[in-house]
Amino acid sequence: MDMPNQGLVAVVKRDCPTCVLTAPVLAQIPGVTVYSQDDPGFPENVASRIYDGELDTSHRLRIEIVPTLIRFENGQEVERTYGWDRAEWQRLTGQADIGAGLPAMRPGCGAKNLEPGIIERLKIRHGETGITARRISLGTGEDEMEAMYDRGWSDGLPLVPPTEERVLRMLGATARDPQEVIGLVPSDLVPATVEKIAINAVMAGCKPEYLPVVLAAVEAVLDEPFAMHGVLATTMYVGPVIVVNGPVRRQIGMNARGNALGQGNRANATIGRAVQLVIRNIGGGRPQEVDRATLGNPGKYTYCFAEDEEGSCWEPLSVERGIAPGKSAVTAFAGYGLQGVVDQKSRTPESLSRSFAECMKAIYNTKLAPACDAILVMCPEHERTYRDAGWSKQRVYEELYRLTEMNGDDILAGAHGIAEGGPPSYAGRRIGKFRKGGLMIVRAGGGAGMFSGIIGGWSASGERGSAPVTKEIRE
Amino acid sequence: MTALLDPTSERSPTIRPRLGRPNTLDGLTIGLVDISKPRGDVFLDRLDERLRERGIATRRYMKPTMTRPAPLPLRQQIGTEVQAVIQGLAD
Repeated sequence: MDMPNQGLVAVVKRDCPTCVLTAPVLAQIPGVTVYSQDDPGFPENVASRIYDGELDTSHRLRIEIVPTLIRFENGQEVERTYGWDRAEWQRLTGQADIGAGLPAMRPGCGAKNLEPGIIERLKIRHGETGITARRISLGTGEDEMEAMYDRGWSDGLPLVPPTEERVLRMLGATARDPQEVIGLVPSDLVPATVEKIAINAVMAGCKPEYLPVVLAAVEAVLDEPFAMHGVLATTMYVGPVIVVNGPVRRQIGMNARGNALGQGNRANATIGRAVQLVIRNIGGGRPQEVDRATLGNPGKYTYCFAEDEEGSCWEPLSVERGIAPGKSAVTAFAGYGLQGVVDQKSRTPESLSRSFAECMKAIYNTKLAPACDAILVMCPEHERTYRDAGWSKQRVYEELYRLTEMNGDDILAGAHGIAEGGPPSYAGRRIGKFRKGGLMIVRAGGGAGMFSGIIGGWSASGERGSAPVTKEIRE
Repeated sequence: MTALLDPTSERSPTIRPRLGRPNTLDGLTIGLVDISKPRGDVFLDRLDERLRERGIATRRYMKPTMTRPAPLPLRQQIGTEVQAVIQGLAD
Protein backbone atom coordinates (compact mmCIF):
# COMPACT_ATOMS: atom_id res chain seq x y z
CA MET A 1 0.00 0.00 0.00
CA ASP A 2 1.32 3.42 -0.90
CA MET A 3 2.04 6.05 1.68
CA PRO A 4 -0.88 8.44 2.16
CA ASN A 5 -0.37 11.67 0.27
CA GLN A 6 -2.12 13.71 2.83
CA GLY A 7 -2.66 13.38 6.57
CA LEU A 8 -1.10 11.46 9.42
CA VAL A 9 1.12 8.39 9.56
CA ALA A 10 2.26 6.68 12.74
CA VAL A 11 4.89 3.96 13.17
CA VAL A 12 4.67 1.76 16.27
CA LYS A 13 5.60 -1.63 17.69
CA ARG A 14 3.82 -3.69 20.31
CA ASP A 15 7.10 -4.39 22.09
CA CYS A 16 7.28 -0.68 23.07
CA PRO A 17 5.41 0.28 26.27
CA THR A 18 4.96 3.85 25.05
CA CYS A 19 3.37 2.56 21.83
CA VAL A 20 1.01 0.42 23.92
CA LEU A 21 0.20 3.52 25.99
CA THR A 22 -0.65 5.52 22.87
CA ALA A 23 -2.63 2.76 21.13
CA PRO A 24 -6.05 4.02 22.39
CA VAL A 25 -5.09 7.53 21.28
CA LEU A 26 -4.25 6.33 17.76
CA ALA A 27 -7.68 4.66 17.61
CA GLN A 28 -9.24 8.10 18.20
CA ILE A 29 -7.35 9.96 15.46
CA PRO A 30 -9.47 10.06 12.32
CA GLY A 31 -7.71 9.10 9.09
CA VAL A 32 -4.40 8.10 10.66
CA THR A 33 -2.50 5.28 8.93
CA VAL A 34 -0.58 3.21 11.43
CA TYR A 35 2.38 1.00 10.49
CA SER A 36 3.12 -1.75 12.99
CA GLN A 37 6.67 -3.06 13.05
CA ASP A 38 6.15 -6.30 14.95
CA ASP A 39 2.48 -7.30 15.21
CA PRO A 40 -0.12 -7.23 12.42
CA GLY A 41 -2.89 -7.00 15.06
CA PHE A 42 -1.49 -3.95 16.82
CA PRO A 43 -2.77 -1.39 17.63
CA GLU A 44 -6.33 -2.62 18.00
CA ASN A 45 -9.27 -0.56 16.77
CA VAL A 46 -7.29 1.39 14.18
CA ALA A 47 -9.07 1.43 10.84
CA SER A 48 -6.06 1.87 8.61
CA ARG A 49 -3.43 -0.49 10.00
CA ILE A 50 -0.55 -1.84 7.92
CA TYR A 51 1.88 -4.50 9.02
CA ASP A 52 5.41 -3.36 8.17
CA GLY A 53 6.93 -6.75 8.94
CA GLU A 54 9.72 -6.30 6.39
CA LEU A 55 10.29 -2.79 7.81
CA ASP A 56 10.75 -1.27 4.36
CA THR A 57 8.33 1.58 5.09
CA SER A 58 9.95 2.26 8.46
CA HIS A 59 13.32 2.36 6.71
CA ARG A 60 12.12 4.69 3.95
CA LEU A 61 10.64 7.00 6.60
CA ARG A 62 13.97 6.90 8.49
CA ILE A 63 12.18 5.96 11.71
CA GLU A 64 14.54 6.01 14.71
CA ILE A 65 12.11 6.03 17.64
CA VAL A 66 8.66 4.51 18.05
CA PRO A 67 6.05 5.80 18.24
CA THR A 68 6.74 8.35 15.51
CA LEU A 69 3.86 10.50 14.26
CA ILE A 70 4.30 12.21 10.87
CA ARG A 71 2.09 14.67 9.02
CA PHE A 72 2.11 14.73 5.21
CA GLU A 73 0.90 17.50 2.92
CA ASN A 74 0.84 17.00 -0.85
CA GLY A 75 3.03 13.93 -0.56
CA GLN A 76 5.67 15.74 1.45
CA GLU A 77 6.46 15.24 5.11
CA VAL A 78 5.91 18.53 6.91
CA GLU A 79 6.53 17.57 10.53
CA ARG A 80 7.05 14.64 12.90
CA THR A 81 7.21 13.93 16.61
CA TYR A 82 8.79 11.03 18.52
CA GLY A 83 7.64 9.23 21.64
CA TRP A 84 4.54 10.46 23.46
CA ASP A 85 4.32 14.20 24.01
CA ARG A 86 0.68 15.07 24.58
CA ALA A 87 0.93 18.73 23.60
CA GLU A 88 2.85 17.86 20.43
CA TRP A 89 0.40 15.10 19.45
CA GLN A 90 -2.56 17.44 20.07
CA ARG A 91 -0.97 20.17 17.97
CA LEU A 92 0.14 17.86 15.16
CA THR A 93 -3.22 16.07 14.91
CA GLY A 94 -5.32 19.19 15.51
CA GLN A 95 -7.23 17.17 18.13
CA ALA A 96 -7.19 19.29 21.27
CA ASP A 97 -8.59 16.63 23.58
CA ILE A 98 -6.67 13.45 22.76
CA GLY A 99 -4.68 11.61 25.41
CA ALA A 100 -6.19 13.62 28.21
CA GLY A 101 -5.94 10.70 30.62
CA LEU A 102 -2.30 9.91 29.81
CA PRO A 103 0.85 11.34 31.36
CA ALA A 104 2.11 14.47 29.62
CA MET A 105 5.20 12.82 28.27
CA ARG A 106 6.81 9.40 27.82
CA PRO A 107 10.00 8.66 25.85
CA GLY A 108 9.67 6.20 22.98
CA CYS A 109 11.69 3.07 22.23
CA GLY A 110 14.33 2.33 19.60
CA ALA A 111 12.76 1.47 16.25
CA LYS A 112 13.01 -2.13 15.10
CA ASN A 113 14.40 -1.15 11.71
CA LEU A 114 17.57 0.13 13.41
CA GLU A 115 18.34 -3.06 15.31
CA PRO A 116 21.71 -4.67 14.56
CA GLY A 117 21.31 -7.34 11.92
CA ILE A 118 18.16 -5.66 10.59
CA ILE A 119 19.53 -2.27 9.55
CA GLU A 120 22.24 -3.99 7.50
CA ARG A 121 19.69 -6.07 5.60
CA LEU A 122 17.54 -3.00 4.96
CA LYS A 123 20.50 -1.01 3.64
CA ILE A 124 21.40 -3.89 1.33
CA ARG A 125 17.82 -4.24 0.08
CA HIS A 126 17.55 -0.53 -0.54
CA GLY A 127 20.95 -0.32 -2.23
CA GLU A 128 22.35 2.07 0.37
CA THR A 129 25.50 0.31 1.56
CA GLY A 130 27.94 2.32 -0.53
CA ILE A 131 29.87 -0.92 -1.12
CA THR A 132 31.29 -0.96 -4.63
CA ALA A 133 32.94 -4.39 -4.80
CA ARG A 134 31.74 -6.73 -7.51
CA ARG A 135 28.96 -9.08 -6.39
CA ILE A 136 29.61 -12.67 -7.31
CA SER A 137 26.42 -14.71 -7.40
CA LEU A 138 26.83 -18.38 -6.70
CA GLY A 139 24.68 -21.00 -8.34
CA THR A 140 21.90 -22.59 -6.33
CA GLY A 141 23.70 -25.90 -6.05
CA GLU A 142 27.14 -24.36 -5.52
CA ASP A 143 28.84 -24.95 -2.17
CA GLU A 144 29.96 -21.51 -1.04
CA MET A 145 33.00 -22.81 0.83
CA GLU A 146 34.19 -24.73 -2.23
CA ALA A 147 33.36 -21.78 -4.47
CA MET A 148 35.79 -19.61 -2.50
CA TYR A 149 38.52 -22.23 -2.80
CA ASP A 150 37.82 -22.57 -6.52
CA ARG A 151 38.31 -18.85 -7.00
CA GLY A 152 41.68 -18.99 -5.31
CA TRP A 153 40.79 -16.75 -2.36
CA SER A 154 41.96 -19.10 0.37
CA ASP A 155 45.30 -19.51 2.11
CA GLY A 156 44.44 -23.21 2.35
CA LEU A 157 42.10 -22.99 5.32
CA PRO A 158 38.33 -22.46 5.12
CA LEU A 159 37.09 -18.88 4.82
CA VAL A 160 34.06 -17.05 6.17
CA PRO A 161 31.88 -16.16 3.14
CA PRO A 162 32.09 -12.38 2.61
CA THR A 163 28.41 -11.58 2.22
CA GLU A 164 27.40 -7.94 1.91
CA GLU A 165 25.76 -8.13 5.33
CA ARG A 166 28.94 -9.33 7.05
CA VAL A 167 31.09 -6.79 5.24
CA LEU A 168 28.71 -3.99 6.13
CA ARG A 169 28.86 -5.00 9.79
CA MET A 170 32.66 -5.10 9.54
CA LEU A 171 32.77 -1.62 8.02
CA GLY A 172 30.60 -0.36 10.87
CA ALA A 173 33.62 -0.76 13.17
CA THR A 174 35.59 2.06 11.57
CA ALA A 175 34.82 5.70 10.91
CA ARG A 176 36.98 5.56 7.80
CA ASP A 177 35.42 5.97 4.38
CA PRO A 178 35.07 2.53 2.72
CA GLN A 179 36.75 3.92 -0.40
CA GLU A 180 39.75 5.39 1.46
CA VAL A 181 42.95 3.92 0.07
CA ILE A 182 45.26 2.54 2.76
CA GLY A 183 48.13 1.78 0.41
CA LEU A 184 49.24 -0.02 -2.74
CA VAL A 185 49.42 -3.79 -2.36
CA PRO A 186 52.15 -5.77 -4.08
CA SER A 187 52.66 -7.58 -6.26
CA ASP A 188 50.08 -5.99 -8.56
CA LEU A 189 50.45 -2.63 -6.77
CA VAL A 190 46.73 -2.03 -6.63
CA PRO A 191 44.98 0.24 -4.11
CA ALA A 192 43.81 -1.42 -0.91
CA THR A 193 40.60 0.34 0.07
CA VAL A 194 39.07 0.05 3.52
CA GLU A 195 36.22 -1.86 1.85
CA LYS A 196 38.47 -4.45 0.20
CA ILE A 197 40.41 -4.92 3.43
CA ALA A 198 37.11 -5.38 5.30
CA ILE A 199 36.07 -8.10 2.83
CA ASN A 200 39.32 -9.96 3.48
CA ALA A 201 38.97 -9.42 7.24
CA VAL A 202 35.54 -11.06 7.09
CA MET A 203 37.02 -14.02 5.21
CA ALA A 204 39.85 -14.30 7.75
CA GLY A 205 37.29 -14.65 10.54
CA CYS A 206 37.77 -11.23 12.17
CA LYS A 207 35.14 -9.68 14.39
CA PRO A 208 34.25 -6.12 13.35
CA GLU A 209 36.07 -4.66 16.35
CA TYR A 210 39.34 -6.07 15.02
CA LEU A 211 39.10 -4.02 11.81
CA PRO A 212 40.95 -0.92 13.09
CA VAL A 213 43.86 -3.19 14.06
CA VAL A 214 43.80 -4.90 10.65
CA LEU A 215 43.74 -1.52 8.89
CA ALA A 216 46.73 -0.28 10.89
CA ALA A 217 48.59 -3.53 10.22
CA VAL A 218 47.93 -3.29 6.48
CA GLU A 219 48.98 0.35 6.55
CA ALA A 220 52.21 -0.68 8.27
CA VAL A 221 53.15 -3.44 5.83
CA LEU A 222 52.33 -1.22 2.85
CA ASP A 223 54.48 1.61 4.16
CA GLU A 224 57.51 2.00 1.90
CA PRO A 225 60.20 1.10 4.51
CA PHE A 226 58.57 -2.28 5.11
CA ALA A 227 59.21 -3.24 1.46
CA MET A 228 56.28 -5.63 1.29
CA HIS A 229 56.98 -6.56 -2.31
CA GLY A 230 60.40 -7.90 -1.40
CA VAL A 231 59.11 -9.60 1.75
CA LEU A 232 56.57 -11.34 -0.47
CA ALA A 233 58.90 -12.22 -3.32
CA THR A 234 61.98 -13.35 -1.37
CA THR A 235 63.08 -16.97 -1.39
CA MET A 236 63.72 -16.58 2.36
CA TYR A 237 61.32 -17.53 5.14
CA VAL A 238 59.78 -14.23 6.16
CA GLY A 239 56.26 -12.84 6.26
CA PRO A 240 54.63 -10.01 8.22
CA VAL A 241 54.74 -10.47 12.01
CA ILE A 242 52.35 -8.11 13.79
CA VAL A 243 52.91 -6.99 17.41
CA VAL A 244 49.99 -5.15 19.01
CA ASN A 245 50.33 -2.61 21.83
CA GLY A 246 47.98 -0.39 23.82
CA PRO A 247 44.45 -0.58 25.22
CA VAL A 248 43.03 -2.26 22.10
CA ARG A 249 44.74 -5.53 23.11
CA ARG A 250 42.41 -5.94 26.06
CA GLN A 251 39.38 -4.38 24.37
CA ILE A 252 39.39 -7.09 21.71
CA GLY A 253 40.66 -9.85 23.99
CA MET A 254 44.08 -10.54 22.48
CA ASN A 255 46.43 -13.01 24.07
CA ALA A 256 49.77 -11.75 25.37
CA ARG A 257 50.26 -14.46 27.99
CA GLY A 258 50.31 -18.26 27.94
CA ASN A 259 50.77 -19.56 24.38
CA ALA A 260 50.83 -15.96 23.11
CA LEU A 261 52.47 -17.04 19.86
CA GLY A 262 50.38 -20.15 19.52
CA GLN A 263 46.87 -21.09 18.54
CA GLY A 264 43.55 -20.56 20.26
CA ASN A 265 42.87 -16.82 20.34
CA ARG A 266 40.55 -15.49 17.67
CA ALA A 267 41.96 -11.96 17.51
CA ASN A 268 45.59 -13.09 17.37
CA ALA A 269 44.75 -15.69 14.76
CA THR A 270 42.52 -13.72 12.43
CA ILE A 271 44.24 -10.31 12.40
CA GLY A 272 47.47 -11.85 11.15
CA ARG A 273 45.54 -13.97 8.67
CA ALA A 274 43.64 -10.96 7.34
CA VAL A 275 46.94 -9.21 6.51
CA GLN A 276 48.07 -12.23 4.52
CA LEU A 277 44.74 -12.50 2.69
CA VAL A 278 45.01 -8.83 1.69
CA ILE A 279 48.38 -9.54 0.10
CA ARG A 280 47.04 -12.65 -1.61
CA ASN A 281 43.71 -11.40 -2.86
CA ILE A 282 44.10 -7.68 -3.40
CA GLY A 283 47.75 -7.72 -4.34
CA GLY A 284 47.78 -11.05 -6.15
CA GLY A 285 50.80 -12.30 -4.18
CA ARG A 286 50.60 -16.09 -4.15
CA PRO A 287 53.04 -18.88 -3.30
CA GLN A 288 54.98 -20.27 -6.24
CA GLU A 289 53.97 -17.22 -8.22
CA VAL A 290 55.40 -13.92 -7.00
CA ASP A 291 55.91 -15.45 -3.55
CA ARG A 292 59.11 -17.37 -4.28
CA ALA A 293 59.77 -18.67 -0.75
CA THR A 294 61.88 -21.82 -0.62
CA LEU A 295 60.28 -23.07 2.59
CA GLY A 296 58.20 -20.19 3.93
CA ASN A 297 57.15 -20.67 7.53
CA PRO A 298 53.93 -21.54 9.36
CA GLY A 299 53.61 -17.89 10.45
CA LYS A 300 52.68 -17.05 6.88
CA TYR A 301 49.19 -18.30 7.71
CA THR A 302 49.06 -15.80 10.55
CA TYR A 303 51.60 -14.25 12.91
CA CYS A 304 50.17 -11.73 15.33
CA PHE A 305 50.38 -11.37 19.08
CA ALA A 306 50.11 -8.75 21.81
CA GLU A 307 52.71 -7.49 24.24
CA ASP A 308 52.10 -8.17 27.93
CA GLU A 309 52.45 -4.52 28.93
CA GLU A 310 50.77 -4.93 32.29
CA GLY A 311 53.27 -7.57 33.35
CA SER A 312 56.33 -5.75 32.03
CA CYS A 313 58.66 -3.47 33.95
CA TRP A 314 59.71 -1.86 30.67
CA GLU A 315 58.05 0.57 28.30
CA PRO A 316 55.96 -1.06 25.57
CA LEU A 317 57.47 -1.61 22.13
CA SER A 318 55.14 1.01 20.62
CA VAL A 319 56.30 3.69 23.10
CA GLU A 320 59.91 2.80 22.45
CA ARG A 321 59.13 3.38 18.76
CA GLY A 322 57.57 6.81 19.24
CA ILE A 323 53.88 6.22 19.94
CA ALA A 324 52.41 8.11 22.91
CA PRO A 325 51.77 6.01 26.03
CA GLY A 326 48.16 4.86 26.29
CA LYS A 327 47.70 4.82 22.50
CA SER A 328 47.11 1.60 20.60
CA ALA A 329 49.53 0.68 17.83
CA VAL A 330 50.81 -2.14 15.66
CA THR A 331 54.39 -2.89 14.72
CA ALA A 332 54.99 -4.86 11.56
CA PHE A 333 58.18 -6.90 11.31
CA ALA A 334 59.34 -9.11 8.46
CA GLY A 335 60.03 -12.25 10.44
CA TYR A 336 59.75 -16.01 10.62
CA GLY A 337 59.32 -18.86 13.02
CA LEU A 338 60.56 -19.00 16.56
CA GLN A 339 63.91 -20.10 17.88
CA GLY A 340 63.71 -21.07 21.52
CA VAL A 341 66.09 -19.76 24.16
CA VAL A 342 66.08 -22.15 27.10
CA ASP A 343 67.92 -20.92 30.18
CA GLN A 344 66.69 -22.24 33.50
CA LYS A 345 69.83 -21.58 35.53
CA SER A 346 70.85 -17.95 34.96
CA ARG A 347 69.93 -15.75 37.91
CA THR A 348 71.97 -12.69 36.95
CA PRO A 349 71.39 -10.37 34.00
CA GLU A 350 74.99 -10.86 32.90
CA SER A 351 74.62 -14.63 32.58
CA LEU A 352 71.19 -14.44 30.97
CA SER A 353 72.36 -11.84 28.43
CA ARG A 354 75.23 -14.13 27.41
CA SER A 355 72.72 -16.94 26.92
CA PHE A 356 70.53 -14.77 24.72
CA ALA A 357 73.54 -13.55 22.75
CA GLU A 358 74.91 -17.05 22.06
CA CYS A 359 71.51 -18.20 20.81
CA MET A 360 71.10 -15.10 18.67
CA LYS A 361 74.43 -15.68 17.00
CA ALA A 362 72.95 -18.90 15.59
CA ILE A 363 70.30 -17.09 13.51
CA TYR A 364 70.66 -18.30 9.90
CA ASN A 365 74.15 -19.67 10.54
CA THR A 366 76.78 -19.04 13.18
CA LYS A 367 79.08 -18.06 10.30
CA LEU A 368 76.82 -15.25 9.06
CA ALA A 369 76.97 -11.66 10.31
CA PRO A 370 75.33 -9.24 10.04
CA ALA A 371 72.39 -11.59 9.70
CA CYS A 372 69.07 -9.81 10.03
CA ASP A 373 66.86 -7.89 12.43
CA ALA A 374 65.23 -9.88 15.21
CA ILE A 375 62.58 -9.71 17.91
CA LEU A 376 63.50 -11.16 21.28
CA VAL A 377 60.24 -12.31 22.89
CA MET A 378 61.10 -12.15 26.57
CA CYS A 379 59.15 -14.49 28.83
CA PRO A 380 58.10 -13.26 32.30
CA GLU A 381 60.56 -15.41 34.24
CA HIS A 382 63.48 -14.13 32.20
CA GLU A 383 62.33 -10.53 32.44
CA ARG A 384 62.16 -10.96 36.21
CA THR A 385 65.92 -11.47 36.31
CA TYR A 386 66.47 -8.06 34.70
CA ARG A 387 63.76 -6.44 36.80
CA ASP A 388 65.24 -7.70 40.06
CA ALA A 389 68.64 -6.37 39.05
CA GLY A 390 67.18 -2.99 38.03
CA TRP A 391 68.23 -3.19 34.37
CA SER A 392 66.50 -0.85 31.93
CA LYS A 393 65.44 -2.13 28.49
CA GLN A 394 68.06 0.18 26.97
CA ARG A 395 70.77 -1.48 29.01
CA VAL A 396 69.66 -4.92 27.83
CA TYR A 397 69.78 -3.73 24.20
CA GLU A 398 73.30 -2.34 24.64
CA GLU A 399 74.47 -5.52 26.28
CA LEU A 400 72.99 -7.70 23.53
CA TYR A 401 74.52 -5.65 20.70
CA ARG A 402 77.90 -5.89 22.44
CA LEU A 403 77.68 -9.59 23.23
CA THR A 404 76.58 -10.55 19.71
CA GLU A 405 79.64 -9.04 18.11
CA MET A 406 81.76 -11.82 16.65
CA ASN A 407 85.42 -12.28 15.82
CA GLY A 408 85.76 -11.72 12.09
CA ASP A 409 88.38 -14.47 11.89
CA ASP A 410 85.90 -17.00 13.29
CA ILE A 411 83.28 -16.29 10.66
CA LEU A 412 85.45 -16.08 7.56
CA ALA A 413 84.32 -18.27 4.68
CA GLY A 414 86.02 -21.62 5.21
CA ALA A 415 86.86 -21.02 8.88
CA HIS A 416 86.16 -23.96 11.21
CA GLY A 417 85.75 -26.23 8.19
CA ILE A 418 82.57 -24.53 6.98
CA ALA A 419 82.59 -22.98 3.52
CA GLU A 420 79.86 -20.51 4.42
CA GLY A 421 81.04 -17.26 5.98
CA GLY A 422 82.17 -13.67 5.52
CA PRO A 423 84.64 -12.07 3.07
CA PRO A 424 88.40 -11.75 3.67
CA SER A 425 87.87 -8.14 4.77
CA TYR A 426 86.39 -9.52 8.03
CA ALA A 427 89.83 -10.73 9.13
CA GLY A 428 91.03 -9.12 12.33
CA ARG A 429 87.78 -7.21 12.87
CA ARG A 430 84.77 -7.42 15.18
CA ILE A 431 81.55 -7.92 13.22
CA GLY A 432 78.10 -7.26 14.73
CA LYS A 433 75.43 -9.93 14.29
CA PHE A 434 72.80 -7.17 14.14
CA ARG A 435 72.64 -3.71 12.63
CA LYS A 436 72.14 -0.96 15.22
CA GLY A 437 68.42 -0.57 15.82
CA GLY A 438 67.75 -4.02 14.43
CA LEU A 439 66.79 -5.64 17.74
CA MET A 440 63.39 -5.35 19.39
CA ILE A 441 62.44 -6.74 22.79
CA VAL A 442 58.79 -7.63 23.45
CA ARG A 443 57.51 -9.13 26.68
CA ALA A 444 54.98 -11.95 26.27
CA GLY A 445 54.20 -15.42 27.50
CA GLY A 446 52.86 -17.42 30.41
CA GLY A 447 54.06 -17.07 33.98
CA ALA A 448 55.81 -20.42 34.23
CA GLY A 449 58.80 -21.44 32.14
CA MET A 450 62.19 -19.88 31.48
CA PHE A 451 61.65 -20.14 27.76
CA SER A 452 62.04 -17.01 25.67
CA GLY A 453 62.08 -16.92 21.89
CA ILE A 454 63.79 -15.23 18.97
CA ILE A 455 61.86 -14.26 15.85
CA GLY A 456 64.44 -13.98 13.10
CA GLY A 457 64.09 -11.49 10.27
CA TRP A 458 65.04 -11.05 6.65
CA SER A 459 68.64 -10.88 5.50
CA ALA A 460 67.70 -7.66 3.71
CA SER A 461 66.89 -5.86 6.95
CA GLY A 462 66.87 -2.12 7.39
CA GLU A 463 67.22 0.46 4.65
CA ARG A 464 68.33 -1.99 1.99
CA GLY A 465 65.30 -4.15 2.55
CA SER A 466 62.61 -4.23 5.19
CA ALA A 467 62.60 -2.13 8.35
CA PRO A 468 60.02 -2.54 11.13
CA VAL A 469 57.12 -0.08 10.84
CA THR A 470 54.91 1.09 13.71
CA LYS A 471 51.49 2.68 13.12
CA GLU A 472 48.99 4.08 15.57
CA ILE A 473 45.58 2.43 15.41
CA ARG A 474 42.80 4.81 14.38
CA GLU A 475 39.13 4.12 14.99
CA MET B 1 21.19 -17.70 -4.00
CA THR B 2 24.26 -16.44 -2.17
CA ALA B 3 26.12 -13.36 -3.36
CA LEU B 4 29.67 -12.81 -2.19
CA LEU B 5 31.71 -9.64 -2.42
CA ASP B 6 34.85 -9.97 -4.51
CA PRO B 7 37.92 -9.77 -2.23
CA THR B 8 40.31 -9.27 -5.14
CA SER B 9 41.41 -6.19 -7.02
CA GLU B 10 38.91 -7.19 -9.73
CA ARG B 11 41.67 -6.82 -12.26
CA SER B 12 41.69 -10.41 -13.42
CA PRO B 13 38.71 -12.26 -14.82
CA THR B 14 37.17 -14.87 -12.57
CA ILE B 15 37.10 -17.23 -15.57
CA ARG B 16 40.39 -18.59 -16.80
CA PRO B 17 41.17 -17.81 -20.45
CA ARG B 18 40.64 -20.65 -22.90
CA LEU B 19 43.51 -22.34 -24.60
CA GLY B 20 44.18 -21.10 -28.09
CA ARG B 21 42.32 -22.88 -30.89
CA PRO B 22 44.44 -25.26 -32.97
CA ASN B 23 45.27 -24.06 -36.48
CA THR B 24 44.63 -27.49 -37.94
CA LEU B 25 42.94 -30.70 -36.85
CA ASP B 26 45.46 -32.85 -38.69
CA GLY B 27 47.16 -35.24 -36.32
CA LEU B 28 44.90 -34.40 -33.39
CA THR B 29 42.41 -36.61 -31.61
CA ILE B 30 39.07 -34.87 -31.27
CA GLY B 31 36.71 -35.50 -28.37
CA LEU B 32 33.02 -35.43 -29.22
CA VAL B 33 31.10 -34.73 -26.03
CA ASP B 34 27.40 -35.44 -25.80
CA ILE B 35 26.02 -33.40 -22.91
CA SER B 36 22.88 -35.59 -22.77
CA LYS B 37 20.63 -33.16 -24.56
CA PRO B 38 18.13 -34.62 -27.04
CA ARG B 39 19.44 -35.05 -30.61
CA GLY B 40 22.94 -34.11 -29.61
CA ASP B 41 23.90 -37.60 -30.84
CA VAL B 42 22.54 -36.85 -34.34
CA PHE B 43 24.81 -33.82 -34.62
CA LEU B 44 27.82 -35.60 -33.16
CA ASP B 45 27.31 -38.76 -35.26
CA ARG B 46 27.45 -36.68 -38.40
CA LEU B 47 30.51 -34.77 -37.23
CA ASP B 48 32.14 -38.07 -36.34
CA GLU B 49 31.57 -39.35 -39.90
CA ARG B 50 32.93 -36.19 -41.49
CA LEU B 51 36.03 -36.12 -39.29
CA ARG B 52 36.82 -39.77 -39.92
CA GLU B 53 36.42 -39.21 -43.67
CA ARG B 54 39.26 -36.70 -43.30
CA GLY B 55 41.35 -39.21 -41.38
CA ILE B 56 40.99 -37.44 -38.05
CA ALA B 57 40.76 -39.65 -34.96
CA THR B 58 37.81 -39.13 -32.64
CA ARG B 59 36.66 -40.30 -29.24
CA ARG B 60 33.12 -40.12 -27.91
CA TYR B 61 32.12 -39.02 -24.40
CA MET B 62 28.85 -38.41 -22.64
CA LYS B 63 27.95 -36.39 -19.57
CA PRO B 64 25.52 -38.13 -17.22
CA THR B 65 23.23 -35.09 -17.25
CA MET B 66 23.08 -31.76 -19.00
CA THR B 67 22.16 -29.94 -15.75
CA ARG B 68 25.47 -30.28 -13.99
CA PRO B 69 29.10 -29.85 -14.94
CA ALA B 70 30.84 -32.97 -16.16
CA PRO B 71 32.13 -35.09 -13.24
CA LEU B 72 35.77 -34.55 -12.43
CA PRO B 73 36.93 -38.05 -13.53
CA LEU B 74 35.31 -37.50 -16.93
CA ARG B 75 36.93 -34.07 -17.30
CA GLN B 76 40.28 -35.57 -16.36
CA GLN B 77 39.78 -38.44 -18.80
CA ILE B 78 38.91 -36.07 -21.65
CA GLY B 79 41.85 -33.82 -20.76
CA THR B 80 44.32 -36.69 -21.07
CA GLU B 81 42.91 -38.43 -24.16
CA VAL B 82 42.18 -35.69 -26.71
CA GLN B 83 43.61 -32.37 -27.85
CA ALA B 84 40.35 -30.63 -28.77
CA VAL B 85 36.71 -31.02 -27.88
CA ILE B 86 33.46 -30.43 -29.74
CA GLN B 87 30.23 -30.35 -27.77
CA GLY B 88 26.67 -30.26 -28.99
CA LEU B 89 25.11 -27.68 -26.70
CA ALA B 90 21.48 -27.38 -27.76
CA ASP B 91 18.52 -29.48 -28.85
